[in-house]
Amino acid sequence: MTNHPSLPIIENFSRRAAVKGAFATLGAGAFVAAISPLRQAAKNTTAAEFMQQHYTELSPEQKDEVIARLEAETKEKYGADVTIGDDRPIPGTKFVYAINLSVCNGNGKCVEACHQENNHDRATNQSYIRVLEMPKGTMDMEQGSTTYSGVVPKDDKFYLPVQCQQCDEPPCVDVCPVKATWKEEDGIVVVDYNWCIGCRYCEAACPYHARRFNWKEPEVPAKEVNPDQSYLSNRIRPVGVVEKCTYCLHRTRRGKLPACLEACPTGARVFGNILDKDSNIRWILQNKRVYILKEELGTKPAFFYYFD
Amino acid sequence: MSSIPASPIENETHITSYPKFIGRSLWLATEGSFAFYAWMTALTAVFLVGANAWANQVAGGMIGTNMTDQVSWGLYIANFTFMVGLAAGGVMMVIPAYLYHDRKMHDVVIIGELLAIAAIAMCLMFVMADLGRPDRFWHMVPGIGKFNWPISMLTWDVIVLNGYLLINMHICGYLLYMRFLGRKPNPVWYVPFVMLSIVWAISIHTVTAFLYCGLGGRPFWNTALLAPRFLASAFVSGPAFIIVAMIFIKKLTGVGGLDQPIGTLTKIIRVTILINLLMVASELFTEFYTGGSHVSAAKYLFFGLHGKTALVPWTWTAIAMNLIAALLFLWPGVLMFKWRPVLVTACVMAFVGAWIEKGMGLIVPGFIPSTLHEIVEYVPSQLEWKVTVGIWAFGLMIFTIAIKTALPTLKRTDFIDNQD
Repeated sequence: MTNHPSLPIIENFSRRAAVKGAFATLGAGAFVAAISPLRQAAKNTTAAEFMQQHYTELSPEQKDEVIARLEAETKEKYGADVTIGDDRPIPGTKFVYAINLSVCNGNGKCVEACHQENNHDRATNQSYIRVLEMPKGTMDMEQGSTTYSGVVPKDDKFYLPVQCQQCDEPPCVDVCPVKATWKEEDGIVVVDYNWCIGCRYCEAACPYHARRFNWKEPEVPAKEVNPDQSYLSNRIRPVGVVEKCTYCLHRTRRGKLPACLEACPTGARVFGNILDKDSNIRWILQNKRVYILKEELGTKPAFFYYFD
Repeated sequence: MSSIPASPIENETHITSYPKFIGRSLWLATEGSFAFYAWMTALTAVFLVGANAWANQVAGGMIGTNMTDQVSWGLYIANFTFMVGLAAGGVMMVIPAYLYHDRKMHDVVIIGELLAIAAIAMCLMFVMADLGRPDRFWHMVPGIGKFNWPISMLTWDVIVLNGYLLINMHICGYLLYMRFLGRKPNPVWYVPFVMLSIVWAISIHTVTAFLYCGLGGRPFWNTALLAPRFLASAFVSGPAFIIVAMIFIKKLTGVGGLDQPIGTLTKIIRVTILINLLMVASELFTEFYTGGSHVSAAKYLFFGLHGKTALVPWTWTAIAMNLIAALLFLWPGVLMFKWRPVLVTACVMAFVGAWIEKGMGLIVPGFIPSTLHEIVEYVPSQLEWKVTVGIWAFGLMIFTIAIKTALPTLKRTDFIDNQD
């Protein structure tokens, strides 16, 4: 074999190079024009937001800056004056929820309350809670319906509200490639909306359909914005990230009850600190025959159901 | 009249000769007939449509897709999954060439490696297209972001896919560079990487299957058979693509010595397509004979559920294509030169069949019914199709350019022939 591979002699090298260069320039120009809508998207993301570190790595000063920025952005975009807190878990607290299915009548007030409390997008009528209307005599969700209508309760049905179960073994947290979601000491699974990359793997992993994705920028009229917000819960979410029920941590970590519980007219919902020996929730778990959803999956929910 | 220096001066260092090699490759890759320019222009146009659609998706939010909270992955992840298979499929040339010392295969094995590069590039683009916040991509970069390794299977996938891309770029780049320098490639610099790439090819598709099959909340995916099935269908779709590509390369460029590799790949598909069908049958038996709520996704896929039948035509098309392709491959005539059109038909059917089976037929039914047993159907939006076709066009551009760059190597097969 030869050491010098023969190469074709190219005629009019410089002319061909010029033609190629012209076409390359044309192509690059067309590409820039094609992706020009990105300029609009870039305008919506400030440098400070782009560079922001993970929530758990922010110093107190950085957190203050971030929160001030978010409050200003809410004012600018939504015209609403809001206060965004940074509510941390209360030591010695483990929040647990229970629902009495004998009492729940499927009126859907909890769904509505969640929608308003958590500043969900109005157009899509988003909420963290879905209620299944189930035929009596089965626990098989396949027989249930989330799109029931008419007067409730119907005689042959019972109603099963489902929201984030705040699992002790949360599959959604395991799958996240960037640790944008994690479980806090009081048991609440949270999302850093400014760190989530929007891959939606957690949505695929959750067995309870607890997670929601912001397919569009949420729209909430200024007068309907709930101004009592928290960084890890109900502040208005950015587009393209995943969100979820946080047991209303902006309320519960301040000693209040979740909005869905307060809105429930039947008293079916019980919420509290399981580590508190005198709490109602503790009494229910000890004395009622409670069950959890999809126990066989080993997710260990902190959300219980029972019948009287 | 002028010409590019044909060969670097002997005492030149890599610092000067490597840029020359890159320039030379770029020049070669953009030289061609009128048909070549027309092909590349058409691909560029389609790619630009896709790029524009993607930019609109980023600007306006993913509401432009037809995905929902119930079906939260769609056409992008379907194509991503299929592309990982295509990338892994190239290894079916590497194994005969390097483990069984098939010399004819060895001469053209670079086609499979270049295909892997193009397919992985497409995989990464499909993942980017699926992200709600591509601007936060850096959060996934180890070191500056927060990489949830080893718990998240997605981080494993990032590692194996990028690793596979680098390995193949190294192998192809090294061989082509040596060819440019007019030197014999030193096996020490590439054979270990080739061996690594064989194991790595298996790993990319296994890890991709683990993304899905590790999710307990999705019974349709939660099967140990998923990774083996992925591999079997990858070893159908990969070789099928390469066979068709080789037939085109032979016709268009006059590269010789391709007929025997085509025969070898055909024989490989004869086996893998049957293994794949066997595993599909085994899966379906287990689903339907057991019954219960486990089977609802499969019921939806094959027969529809509660009157919702969006995927039924897709899946039966796939089944029909896979079966006909299997029969055509088993027919002895498929190996004969005069029946080349039949071989191409069989390859196209097997390719499309695998694309549906692994894409729309695997990703979407994982979400239907949803985990709360809602039945929300999914049909890709026009925007999703534009982005998808755009990425395919870009992948074909990479593949075309890569093959063009490698043509001198392919045409002078005696060069690599002498190596081991």
